[in-house]
Amino acid sequence: MSHEHDSHTHDHHEHDHHEHHHKDTFITKYIFSIDHKMIAKQYLITGTIMGLIGVGMSLLFRMQLAWPEESFKIFSFFLGEKMAPAGVMTNEAYLSLITIHGTIMVFFVLTAGLSGTFSNLLIPLQIGARDMASGFLNMISYWLFFLSSVVMVCSLFVESGPASAGWTIYPPLSALPQAISGSGMGMTLWLVSMAIFIASSLMGSLNYIVTVINLRTKGMSMTRLPLTIWAFFITAVIGVISFPVLLSAALLLIFDRSFGTSFFLSDIYLAGEVLNYQGGSPVLFEHLFWFLGHPEVYIVLLPALGITSEVIATNSRKPIFGYRAMIMSILAIAFLSTIVWGHHMFISGMNPFLGSVFTFTTLLIAIPSAVKAFNYITTLWKGNLQLNPAMLFSIGLVSTFITGGLTGLILGDSTLDINVHDTYFVVAHFHLVMGISALYGMFAGIYHWYPKMFGRMLNKSLGYVHFWVTAICAYGVFFPMHFIGMAGLPRRYYTNTNFPLFDDLANVNVVITAFALIGGAFQLVFLWNFFHSMFYGKKTVQNPWRSNTLEWTAPIEHIHGNWPGELPEVHRWPYDYSKPGHDEDFVPQNVPMLPGEEVLHH
Amino acid sequence: MTSLLVLLVLVLLSIALWQLTKIFDLTQIGQNSENTQIASENDNKVNGYLMFAFLGFIYVITIYCLVKWGNLVLGKPASAHGPEYDNLMTISMVLIFTVQTITQALLHYFAFKYRGRQGQKALYYADNNKLEFIWSSIPAIVLAGLIFYGLFCWTDIMFVDKNEKPIVIELYAQQFKWTARYSGQDNVLGKANVRLIEGPNALGVDLSDPNAQDDIVTDELHIPKGKRVLFKMRSQDVLHSAYMPHFRAQMNCVPGMVTEFSFIPTVTTSEMRDDKDIQAKVANINQIREKKSAELVAQGKTALDPYTFDYLLLCNKICGASHYNMQMKIVVDTPEDYNKWLKEKATLVQSIKAAKTEPAPAEGAPATKDSAMAPKKDTTVVAQAETKLTK
Repeated sequence: MSHEHDSHTHDHHEHDHHEHHHKDTFITKYIFSIDHKMIAKQYLITGTIMGLIGVGMSLLFRMQLAWPEESFKIFSFFLGEKMAPAGVMTNEAYLSLITIHGTIMVFFVLTAGLSGTFSNLLIPLQIGARDMASGFLNMISYWLFFLSSVVMVCSLFVESGPASAGWTIYPPLSALPQAISGSGMGMTLWLVSMAIFIASSLMGSLNYIVTVINLRTKGMSMTRLPLTIWAFFITAVIGVISFPVLLSAALLLIFDRSFGTSFFLSDIYLAGEVLNYQGGSPVLFEHLFWFLGHPEVYIVLLPALGITSEVIATNSRKPIFGYRAMIMSILAIAFLSTIVWGHHMFISGMNPFLGSVFTFTTLLIAIPSAVKAFNYITTLWKGNLQLNPAMLFSIGLVSTFITGGLTGLILGDSTLDINVHDTYFVVAHFHLVMGISALYGMFAGIYHWYPKMFGRMLNKSLGYVHFWVTAICAYGVFFPMHFIGMAGLPRRYYTNTNFPLFDDLANVNVVITAFALIGGAFQLVFLWNFFHSMFYGKKTVQNPWRSNTLEWTAPIEHIHGNWPGELPEVHRWPYDYSKPGHDEDFVPQNVPMLPGEEVLHH
Repeated sequence: MTSLLVLLVLVLLSIALWQLTKIFDLTQIGQNSENTQIASENDNKVNGYLMFAFLGFIYVITIYCLVKWGNLVLGKPASAHGPEYDNLMTISMVLIFTVQTITQALLHYFAFKYRGRQGQKALYYADNNKLEFIWSSIPAIVLAGLIFYGLFCWTDIMFVDKNEKPIVIELYAQQFKWTARYSGQDNVLGKANVRLIEGPNALGVDLSDPNAQDDIVTDELHIPKGKRVLFKMRSQDVLHSAYMPHFRAQMNCVPGMVTEFSFIPTVTTSEMRDDKDIQAKVANINQIREKKSAELVAQGKTALDPYTFDYLLLCNKICGASHYNMQMKIVVDTPEDYNKWLKEKATLVQSIKAAKTEPAPAEGAPATKDSAMAPKKDTTVVAQAETKLTK
């Protein structure tokens, strides 16, 4: 009943929109749009630009690591005389680059760019809603994200340099400009940017949650939701639970920095004088940071897994295996993700007993993760795989998710963490399991829903080239890193030349950088494909991937309210692919059950 | 010259790209005349085979890394808990490699085997409780074993039996150097706080504390073989992490609190230098350094020193601009050598007195980029007059 009520009010809204529609100016249509599809595109393009900056930075510092303290024209060009005098990157510039690279990739690309884009695009379209619960809030959410991106980019140009205390910004280093020059104005801007970002993320998340709970179309019960929506929904819930904690940590840090409080600082002697701080604890900051920081990993990863579930099922022409187990896994991961943060702090000086507890919860999280991986593999089994670029990226995701996830067994074990903590082993682990995997999920989503977003197809040949080179380079970069990590090489070292002990690792670093440069260069193929196809790509058909979900029943040409006339009604779950008794190998959700047709999926 | 090279690389890359695209385009010939940008039968075939090839690539890169770089990983552990740690690591690694080999094979083989073909129909197979039960419980059981073993080791390493009377040594961290303070005869460290730092009393030791009278401050760490050592870590400015990879030991140094880590060194420095793996490693490193030295000399720069093995304490928590060069040499002696070495050291109180009487020449600067490779003096305290203690 409530559904009818909802759709009713929305029909009404839609009517309003239509009247506006004809008067839409450039500004209301493309800039201050409240249409979720346009906002999704805005998120995607902003995220892509931030991604370009973030990946570009990683290539620069990879060059420094492979050829330490050598002069490159490209450094002079991008970093300028101050950060790279005579083309040699300075140690402070190196720390700035890794800090901003981490921040941009984790928050701006993989949180906002991935979750922001596809939650906005798919939630209303796949649940059969006219728009988000609040289009206005949605618009503000995007513009706050845009503002925070601008502030973050601006922080690159301040005189004392951008934030350079690592993306985890542990105080006291991040609190005291005397300790590192990046902790001056650069850090202030970093904190301001993140505070705005969190506000944006909270508005977005609340909107997603309300929309999924209230605006599902008739017949769309929670157990008929596509797994994408389940993933976005739970991601939003985790975000609402954990992001405010980071906000409070950031606020307390701002107090410590600017107003002389001592939440995180105590007993500090720096630059020849004793500072006035007394009684605070940096370990408290670590707790607060990782209370967000660990769920953040799943905020990044779950949407990617959701997208993958959808893409793999569609392109396998098979129902996703274990739909309910997948939902249970998402819920279990979400719950466990909030009680494992301490595994980042085994050797932080906290009580070792806590280490035992966090080891236990952390290794538990491997179970739902394993279930997901096995379910993906079983979905492929006896399928009729349509190897579109999106499908390749999804399979690639499962591959890197397994490779990167397995090393989590080592890092999650407090004992083993002692000696690989903060080495390149960690870098390899999290880049594979959340960096590359989430990027693959994002690429899969872009290749799959590009026709829905832009009405045109991406060039598949370029897509294949993009995937295969990326796949090889990703392993080429991160696989060898495990070995230099186990050799004891710490991360965040500007150069390893001060340790003759590490001289034999230098050639491995060259190999890694070579793969990184090639992989980075081939992302240009994607960018070209992305922007070129927007205008010159082949026009799409209504349902190019012959998919079951509702978004493909909406007209190709975007309209406010998504569907002309009545909202579609849902009669079945989204995974009736190759169901016996049907002529086609797919049965969209809005097709009524045949007389006598059985529900086979539970 | 560099710009020419860069240009060349760019040109080659674009040619490679052009050719690759062309190959994929060529695979379209003979298909429907209209390219829909949706995977065709032929795309499925090509990419299915590539999936299988990619499985080969994963195996090859794994084997290549293991063979070529497997010897880079840390070798024989030098602490009592080290073998236990390495054992757990080996068990985990074997497990990981097994699961990795099997699951990647299934994933990529299925992607190849079930590649789309005209007329092929997928199996409608949505659920199987038994299967799901099996693959939830197998990881659960295996993980229970790992957790159990892991926690056993963890307790063993982290909870130190104080009845063992370990030698108490303070590791003091500051941007960008390490200092060690030995607790002396009484085996109790004198109280200390950064507020007491003054002149040569660089660690802020409370000189009026009776326990502090026999404390000895050094900037090289010597520890005796076979005796339990309890490190108490302090930091004066930002977070640092005391990382001693050869001993499988690490603990953060946190300003405002004292953290602890303890282990028993089991292999002296000279014994480790005689270790076969270490000798091979050192020989290899020296070969690399010689090659580099030749290049440097050709450019008119100074050659690199040859490398001899030493245990090291590294900083492993980002701590500032020169984080990459914050290190201290660790020497594991026989107990006799250790006692002899320690006996020769002046206590903190003595050296402060000495510094008071004769104004010292220069202030010891913290390690900077330039002084990085300079051999460090093993003196107790860098001097500066004035030791008036304030409370």
